[in-house]
Amino acid sequence: MASSDSRLSVAKLDSITKIGFIDRNILDEGNIQAIGEEISSIIEAESSPKLLISFDNVDHLSSAALGTLITINNKIRNQGGELRLADIDPQIYEVFVITRLNKIFEIHETSDDAMKSFG
Amino acid sequence: MSEPDPAQADSGVVELINDRQAIDGFEARMLAAVDRAGFSKVSRFAIRLATEEALMNAFKHGHKGLPATVPVRIEYSVTPERVIVAIEDRGPGFKPGAIVDPTLDENLETPSGRGLMLMRAYLTTVEHNSAGNRVEMTYRRPNDDENDE
Repeated sequence: MASSDSRLSVAKLDSITKIGFIDRNILDEGNIQAIGEEISSIIEAESSPKLLISFDNVDHLSSAALGTLITINNKIRNQGGELRLADIDPQIYEVFVITRLNKIFEIHETSDDAMKSFG
Repeated sequence: MSEPDPAQADSGVVELINDRQAIDGFEARMLAAVDRAGFSKVSRFAIRLATEEALMNAFKHGHKGLPATVPVRIEYSVTPERVIVAIEDRGPGFKPGAIVDPTLDENLETPSGRGLMLMRAYLTTVEHNSAGNRVEMTYRRPNDDENDE
């Protein structure tokens, strides 16, 4: 489970780990790095991790945050796991579309939809 | 006539160091001016995103190797028609044309290099000086932009 300094909420739902963000704005580079390290640890703790990242409550994120998501995606794929993103505000979803990152992430409108999509 | 409250000014010049609290304070001041000018949430999102990316580029790349206490200079001006933000760093500059397109298939999984592309996508104009250490960004209010507060 997340430590008291964590910027994440972490919940285990059957074999799926659901991660949420405490901050509405994912902009600070130090926080983004810490988030990346914490999610990496979660991934490394499982043999074939199934991870759902919910963006509920997130108003802004930076390109550095997108970079960390890409790194996470690559790490999960290399471990034979699955990653879903969900609950993304329409304006933030547009950032994924403009950067074409909607082509490399599996994005669902809601966490419920995302949960049903895992193999 | 009394002096206008600097926090209410719709234009300003700021020297800003790479400190999250200072950055958030500046952005809050500028976005308050954006709100007073009647821009929509969509416009506000675009202006904040682009300003944040430009600031991070200035600190992370422009000031690479410089002490953290070296500030960037920001000039901003807000009217109901447009927002102009200019950021000048104290670094050696760069060549904007040398930045690879992060949306190409072969670059999609590269973790970095999207800041300038996002600035150009969300703003009306993004112009660098010849040295590459100053960027002037303009956001012109779209015709269908309505204050939705």
